[in-house]
Amino acid sequence: MKQYFLILALMLFSVGLSAQKKNKKLTFEVDGVCAMCKNRIEKAALKVKGVKFAAWDIPTHELSLVIDENKTNVMEIKSAVASVGHDTKELKAPQEAYDKIDPCCKYRDPNNEHHRKH
Amino acid sequence: MKKLLIILLWLPIIVTAQQKLEGTVMEANPNNNNVPLSGANVYWLNSAIGTITSTDGSFSIPYDDKYNKLIISFVGFRSDTLTIDAPRPIRHWLSPTNQLDEVVVEQKKDAVEKALFSAQNVVTINSAELLKAACCNLSESFETNPAIDVNFNDALTGTRQIQMLGLTSPYLLITQENIPMVRGASQAFGLTYTPGTWVESIQITKGAGSVVNGFESISGQINTELQKPMTDVPLFVNGYGNLNGRLELNTHFNTKVSPHWSTGLYLHGNQRKVEVDNNDDGFLDIPLANQINISNRWQYQNPEKGLVSFINVRFLNDEKQLGETGFNPNTDRFTTNAWGSEIDTQRFDGSVKLGYVFPELPFQSFGFQASYSNHSQESYYGLNQYNIDHESVYSNLLFSSIIGSTQHKFKTGISFAYDNYDEQVNTELFNRTDRSAGAFFEYSYTNLEKLSLTAGARLDAHNRLGTFFTPRLHVRYTPWEKASLRGSFGLGRRAANIFAENQRLFASSRSLVLNGNGGNVYGFDAEKALNFGFGFLQRFSLWNRPGSLSLDFYRTDFENQVVVDWENAREVRFSNLEGDSFANSFQAEVNHEVLPNVELRMAYKYYDVQTTYQTGQLQKPLQAQHRYFANVGYNTQPKENGAQWRFDYTLNILGRQRLPSTVANPEELQLGDFAEGYSLMNAQVTKVFSNAFEIYLGGENLTGTRQSNPILGANDPFGTNFDTTIVFAPILGQMVYVGFRFKT
Repeated sequence: MKQYFLILALMLFSVGLSAQKKNKKLTFEVDGVCAMCKNRIEKAALKVKGVKFAAWDIPTHELSLVIDENKTNVMEIKSAVASVGHDTKELKAPQEAYDKIDPCCKYRDPNNEHHRKH
Repeated sequence: MKKLLIILLWLPIIVTAQQKLEGTVMEANPNNNNVPLSGANVYWLNSAIGTITSTDGSFSIPYDDKYNKLIISFVGFRSDTLTIDAPRPIRHWLSPTNQLDEVVVEQKKDAVEKALFSAQNVVTINSAELLKAACCNLSESFETNPAIDVNFNDALTGTRQIQMLGLTSPYLLITQENIPMVRGASQAFGLTYTPGTWVESIQITKGAGSVVNGFESISGQINTELQKPMTDVPLFVNGYGNLNGRLELNTHFNTKVSPHWSTGLYLHGNQRKVEVDNNDDGFLDIPLANQINISNRWQYQNPEKGLVSFINVRFLNDEKQLGETGFNPNTDRFTTNAWGSEIDTQRFDGSVKLGYVFPELPFQSFGFQASYSNHSQESYYGLNQYNIDHESVYSNLLFSSIIGSTQHKFKTGISFAYDNYDEQVNTELFNRTDRSAGAFFEYSYTNLEKLSLTAGARLDAHNRLGTFFTPRLHVRYTPWEKASLRGSFGLGRRAANIFAENQRLFASSRSLVLNGNGGNVYGFDAEKALNFGFGFLQRFSLWNRPGSLSLDFYRTDFENQVVVDWENAREVRFSNLEGDSFANSFQAEVNHEVLPNVELRMAYKYYDVQTTYQTGQLQKPLQAQHRYFANVGYNTQPKENGAQWRFDYTLNILGRQRLPSTVANPEELQLGDFAEGYSLMNAQVTKVFSNAFEIYLGGENLTGTRQSNPILGANDPFGTNFDTTIVFAPILGQMVYVGFRFKT
């Protein structure tokens, strides 16, 4: 009985797995300003295991990703991006990480001259 | 003791367990059924800590008493904020909303994504740089860039020959939008067949290039990107004239014919009808010329389907007349009335490119390209006749994708090439067909921080060169901030087209000696060389303005080479290499914005290029071992409508050059062992009136440096001492030009 239950659980699990796409395309907004931000954001995203492709668009601030859903999820990537200093809708970069980013990248500063161009 | 150990072992788990907040998120429904929500966001307010619920709705998130507001959100549900005081397991029900609070935006992507091999030593010349030297075609586009040296080819045609790392253009792979272009029959004059205004940008790769474009590159690759109908302006007109009688006209018309199709028509014409003989040697200093060059491009771009395509056709007619002033081809051709030469070329190029980027997988694509060209040159140099017909087909199929993530990329594919040459050298006929097919694989890796590398290999089967393997490797490492170290290594092979590449030698009384060994190409073996190099680049900021310092060293070692030995003034001897042949080059370059809007670029280059000739191992003739280069550019701040002034000045200093031996000549026609060094200056001023109109005025060779005796035996062109091949300095003195550019 116990064995049947285990098999059933495994089957359910694998069904759950197959619903996860190997090449899931997704897009979300990440705060940033310039090409240096782009580099930092994409790098942080790509370092998350399961992220296959990352491209952050400077004008729209959209981060486009292709991920393997079996290996990672959005929050994990957002958390990686936040930990290098960039805010997303849900997660905020810790102050220490934000302090470390270059002056031209300070998206929270309304007086950043690069920022005003956009 | 044992108990303590158990406690110690458990401790970390207990500690981490204490730091986790666990819980389950479920959907609130009228029947109060337990419907777990998977994929819901769970995160601490104002933190970088977040997670997602798994299939059973459960989650586990690190707990820290710094945070106490936990947010649970999910598309289609109302977000809730919970106040958490202690890491106790929670169960939470989310209520659906009718409104989506997150809209999935389909990414708008540029379907043509150009991969830059950062591991390779690539210099890009963009359109702004190209405008610094306004004249006239691709062969003259390198004047402001120290990576390429421009040499004078011969005393008659005025053609400039480019070289990189101490080796001339046959050892470079010169491609146009990644299709091999200047090769075979077009080797001598091919760079003059691409008008400067057609060029969008040029990428120069030093050292062994990518395997994707074939096995032929030995010391580097030059790729030219042409103007594209979708990005070029609708109408462009450029007129140019110089005081030596050269006139040029370039027009571009670009139009969008449907949402996905654009087309461009590019017309170029140039001519020189005025006879110029400033050094009074009775010979034209620069040829009479006439060129018509027409190109039509079709560009298709459909980002939704991920399809891009180019269809290109080009027709060229080029006529040159050179030799003695007053030479009349109709009456004097093949006579000893006067020495003259005509070089008439007709060329047709057609190519198709097709690219497919998988819409769901932006890192994965297919590329296909096929090209056809037919090149026909009819020419004579005095009594020497040289004709060549070259028909060429090249095709390449490429698949690129990733392994795991874009940290590991690869390109793989197959290529096919066919070349048929029909040549007539005086009364001798040479016919040759080359066929090759190959497969390649190239892997690039980046660890996103300090290291990137590109390793490629290809296997080719060639009817004359045999079956062979070509490995190439490029590595880049960042030792500290703003610096990079590069290394490269690669093999290259080619079948030397000895006549087409050395046709300037026909303009002399030298006899041609083919000292072959029964090899497959004109009786010679194929050329084979190994190239490796190292480079260092450091970017810096001085006085708050950017700059860079680069140092690089490359060496090319020939295993076999078809040695062109003209150390005996009576003959030119072609033979397979016996002994050593190598080219060492060192370059140091500094770029800096020394004053606001003033860019300074300085370079020093050292070459040690030696080959074993009949008379021993010698420095390559007409090669300055030391070269200095400086370029200063100043642009005023552009106004709202784009109006500005642009100033540019280039200085080249060449050290002494070894001359090929002339001891066989009578004493008055002996040149000695070395030619003294000299300097050359070019300058240009551009006045931009608005984004639509600008005029430019420039001068080349401002100090009027000239070789006094470019043609040996000029008074007796059919005598034994006639030789136009020993050219180490400009023949034309000062040259002043004006031009305009208009675009809408």
